[in-house]
Amino acid sequence: MTTTEQHIDEKLIPILEKVSDPEIPVLSIMDMGVVRTAILRGNNVHVQITPTYSGCPAMDVIGDDIKKALEEAGYTSNIELILAPAWTTDWITQKGRKALEEYGIAAPLDAQADKDVLLHGKRLVKCTNCGSQNTRMVSQFGSTACKAQFQCEDCQEPFDYFKCLK
Amino acid sequence: MKEHLYNYILGIADNSLILGQRMGELCGHGPSLETDIACTNISLDLFGQVRSYFQYAAKLAGDGRTEDDIAMLRKEREYVNVLLAEQPNTNFAYTIGRQFLFDIYHLLYLTELQKSKDLTLSAIAKKCIKEVSYHVRFSSDWVKRLGDGTEESKQKMQEAVDDLWVYTDELFHQTEADKVMITEEVGVDVTKLKEEYYTRVSEILEEAGLNIPESKWFQKGGKQGIHTEHLGYLLADLQYMQRTYPNMEW
Repeated sequence: MTTTEQHIDEKLIPILEKVSDPEIPVLSIMDMGVVRTAILRGNNVHVQITPTYSGCPAMDVIGDDIKKALEEAGYTSNIELILAPAWTTDWITQKGRKALEEYGIAAPLDAQADKDVLLHGKRLVKCTNCGSQNTRMVSQFGSTACKAQFQCEDCQEPFDYFKCLK
Repeated sequence: MKEHLYNYILGIADNSLILGQRMGELCGHGPSLETDIACTNISLDLFGQVRSYFQYAAKLAGDGRTEDDIAMLRKEREYVNVLLAEQPNTNFAYTIGRQFLFDIYHLLYLTELQKSKDLTLSAIAKKCIKEVSYHVRFSSDWVKRLGDGTEESKQKMQEAVDDLWVYTDELFHQTEADKVMITEEVGVDVTKLKEEYYTRVSEILEEAGLNIPESKWFQKGGKQGIHTEHLGYLLADLQYMQRTYPNMEW
């Protein structure tokens, strides 16, 4: 339970990859790193998921969606919500980061850079529209708790930045 | 042991529940869109944390009580949140002041709770602390902006800090459940956080150009269920649906 490794039966990966984060439809829950365990025993799958943020309203939906996807593939399942080890943005895969950027959400920077941006107003977050680094933070909290609100000073586009959580 | 642990969890969770409700009141009423969203996001974080605590408490109770029952169906005297958490959103400076004075404590508290021998509490603390470090940044930042802002914002921020100061000492009072849980190495000894708390708070206040209140008189009672008049109104709002339509489900 305390390992940061994922344990997911290979057979189940294609099914779980089709389930997306309801708030960010382009992002699979697998690329988000919220599925920690998916073990097939007989015809039943035991799935452990971990919330990105404690109050994330998407978790109930994600649980239901996983159940449905597995059901369609012919499996029964039980979903368990686990808190330890706590989710970190490091678990978002490269593919996931790319999907975020294409969707218009800047992917999290490393912890130090994130601090420099959010606390000291450094301009390190790249605009998802034009790629300029001339961006400023509008608010530490964006459309959801996991994001901060930014604006590009070159193309004026407002966009979300996915905050680093470590 | 189980009863003490249950009460101990309520002691942590009620603070987040009541403060979360206060922050939630700003939904659609924040001074600007960005701060409105920030306050409600903080509220959502706190409610998420409360769910983890109450789910655990409900499991310990083992009598069919659910997390919702614990949150919604207690009477005023059965809530053991600190008085600070229930103070109203008098103006934005009060909202920020209350949040700031709680956040600094919350961060110190969770830092220690991570070491709890109770694995569930330690896991919740490790999860929550990441969120709370953002809350600390937000509220500290605003204390500085208002304190170091216009003459009016400075005056209002100072007033809020002065008024809320009397509720800070209670954060460091031990309850019966605390004492038992400390010996079990499950709970946090809040008395040990006091010095660091006032140091950190004073640093930010100084940076904001605000005076550190000198009051030596402090208010207490929340941890024993003796609340200020504000809690009853808050609960009337919070519990409205369950009181009006008993046992309704979403």
